[in-house]
Amino acid sequence: MTEPRPISPPDRVTAPFWDATRERRFVIQRCDACDAYQQYPRSFCISCEANEPPFVEVSGRATIISFSIVHRAPHPAFTAPYAVALVRLDEGPVLLTNIVTDDLDALRCEQRVTLTWEALDDGRALPMFTPEGKP
Amino acid sequence: MADRTPVIVGVAESDLGVTDLTALELQAQAGLRALDDAGLRLQDVDGIAATGVSRFSATQTAEYLGITPSWIDATMAGGSSFELFVAHASDAIRAGRCDTVLISYGSNQRSAKLRSLGGVIDPQTPQAQFELPYGPLAPLSLYAMAAQRHMHEFGTTPEQLASVAVAAREWALLNPKAFRYGSGPLTIDDVLSSPMVSSPLHAADCCLVTDGGGAVVVTTRERARDLPRGAIEILGYGEASTNNGMMTIPDLTWPGAHLSGAAAYAAAGLGPSDIDLIEVYDSFTITVLLQLEGLGFCARGEGGAFVEDGRIAPGGSVALNTSGGGLSYCHPGMYGIFLLIEAVRQLRGEAGERQVEAETALCHGTGGLLSTHGTVILGASR
Repeated sequence: MTEPRPISPPDRVTAPFWDATRERRFVIQRCDACDAYQQYPRSFCISCEANEPPFVEVSGRATIISFSIVHRAPHPAFTAPYAVALVRLDEGPVLLTNIVTDDLDALRCEQRVTLTWEALDDGRALPMFTPEGKP
Repeated sequence: MADRTPVIVGVAESDLGVTDLTALELQAQAGLRALDDAGLRLQDVDGIAATGVSRFSATQTAEYLGITPSWIDATMAGGSSFELFVAHASDAIRAGRCDTVLISYGSNQRSAKLRSLGGVIDPQTPQAQFELPYGPLAPLSLYAMAAQRHMHEFGTTPEQLASVAVAAREWALLNPKAFRYGSGPLTIDDVLSSPMVSSPLHAADCCLVTDGGGAVVVTTRERARDLPRGAIEILGYGEASTNNGMMTIPDLTWPGAHLSGAAAYAAAGLGPSDIDLIEVYDSFTITVLLQLEGLGFCARGEGGAFVEDGRIAPGGSVALNTSGGGLSYCHPGMYGIFLLIEAVRQLRGEAGERQVEAETALCHGTGGLLSTHGTVILGASR
């Protein structure tokens, strides 16, 4: 990869998420008051309005809602073709991510995927997913 | 008592295609032409609605036109902004805030090469931390994922999606102002053999990138009585905002068109079967299917079958996107104003070779990442 991926720096609210990625821990906000998960992190719970929901580690298991194989990279950091996907974590929240696989043609909606990491230059890592059962 | 019911009295496009004009020139050209169409002058305008031309679009537009409006709206809701403007302007006119609103847009995105595949993701937003680093094409990849999901859930085929682009081209061949007028017909095979950009959407599933501007003039029915043309009735409108990013979309195959549509139908006292002409945003072929379903023209999941076999092409049973749409007529970044312009022309009987029989028309704009939804139902002059 010739150029780093475009990404904005963490802010006060999202810092715990990104800090955890340095230890390859995948954390999501889960409200103490109402048990609702939410992603991306916010300063309050959008289910019950409680302040500053804490972060908890989640399973990293997910299901592909949908995906698209990008054939024209929008930025020098990316080498087409690659897969972007919306995945639903077993805990409920939906993420945009990349699916890491050698077999893009085999991707399907409702396919099961598991967490993998891609290191960023600054020690953080991006959560990505790979088809379940693949090495 | 003066009849303050809002009506549309003027519409126009600017020059379209590749113009080498600035966005403000294009916008002014469209605005002046629409006022001329209405039989009005700039001095009659006391409301300005504009977006997408600069950071302070309505203010910028008023300044460029040399007027001091008493009401402005610069709502940014992507391509649906102009349907929202009709709604907001109608409310303002009814409330007596202003009498005559000029809604306008201009973009030179093709001449100025402003468009990038990655789109624009504001650096201060959560999307710039949680979506941008994964390299989605914005907005294309979100619509592509909606298409993929639609295929998975309902068995929709690439051929069905392609038939939207094929029909749009056939309409454009009847519209001398269309970018693809004179380009000859497009076949389903042409669409499917065009380069894949973000699967399952090919280049020919995507709208054009052109320059262009458009304008719509809204005033009171009272004022319209003195004007040369029949006033177009604004029968109902609704709007909805569902998500700004990709990961927050509530349901990829059930966007907010059903929300704004229900509000517009309720206000108009009409339903889908009462609509003669459908003008919906065709940013991508899938967008048309999603809107047709959300607006109740067919059942959820049946959009693919609805658009097949020439049903939405000229001579088909459904009058849809009769200008050639964003796919084959013009698409200067935010297309919603052109839905209104074409609907007004059709309701006035001014659409030439592509004229359909219509007493009612529904315009539906979709902005951003299936983010914002604006429905406006119009009626022919009474």
